[in-house]
Amino acid sequence: MFDLNTWFTKATKGNVIMTYQGEITAELITNVLSSLEDRLEQTNEDSKVKKKVYNVLVESLQNLYHHIDEAPSDINLDKNFAIFVVSRYGEGYKINTGNFVRRSRVKMIKDRLDQINYLNKEELKSLYKMILNNEEFSPKGGGGLGMIDIARKSGNKLEYEFINYNQEYSFFSLSVLIAD
Amino acid sequence: MEPILIEGTPKTPTITFNAESGKLEIKGRSIPENSIEFYKPMVDWLEEYGKSPSDKTEVNIQLEYFNTSSSKCILDVFKKLESISKSEKSQVTINWYYEEDDEDMLEAGEDYQSILHIPFKMIEIND
Repeated sequence: MFDLNTWFTKATKGNVIMTYQGEITAELITNVLSSLEDRLEQTNEDSKVKKKVYNVLVESLQNLYHHIDEAPSDINLDKNFAIFVVSRYGEGYKINTGNFVRRSRVKMIKDRLDQINYLNKEELKSLYKMILNNEEFSPKGGGGLGMIDIARKSGNKLEYEFINYNQEYSFFSLSVLIAD
Repeated sequence: MEPILIEGTPKTPTITFNAESGKLEIKGRSIPENSIEFYKPMVDWLEEYGKSPSDKTEVNIQLEYFNTSSSKCILDVFKKLESISKSEKSQVTINWYYEEDDEDMLEAGEDYQSILHIPFKMIEIND
């Protein structure tokens, strides 16, 4: 059985730079990005890595913003509830996001992530260009380009988990590692 | 034709489109949630500009960040420029600027270059 606090405790075990639990709005994204930038500015981190972390956070948060499901009604949470944690991880950075998804969507998301993880760098580039050039975008977003972009920028496999919450919902946990 | 001048914000780039000089510039960050809405005026402007463009059209793209939602809109801008270039009414060049160590931005430019039939110049910026 999924427990939010247990997940959060585990996700924030490391060297946490920033964390948030609540509704994902456009204003929140603006503020979070600006504060991440300030925090990274204070480090002497390579600008290449800084940009990757920033980019991956933009796509992660905007993915949540556009595609999030309403949280289950039996826990008292904001409508567009999500959690994210940015932490240092070894020589790199880790971005963790967590949100509730309807179980009917799990297979679709899982298949998509597995497909992305199966592809190598060149194949991801081709897939990205194919979707960019051929598919109609909805006003909501990039037709699935976000996850591909995250995978390309991070250069690592997307680690994910779906944890059963109840008959209707699962909790989707995604972890992206960014290292030079 | 009226130029487009839009000041940049933390999520949207500075836009300077001038029909008289044929100089078009997109500079800064492009990470809005609603990119289609933001880019619509530029796409419409190019549609109009394409009817009687300047002999030479120089497009300078200098982006620090752009999100995937902007990537399609930027492609739409480029596709308009491509058709102007194909019509032979204007000689179109795209200058894609990227910072010295920003391989991702260079690669993004190369992605566009490979999709489009239009002269692209990759220009490295050294701090």
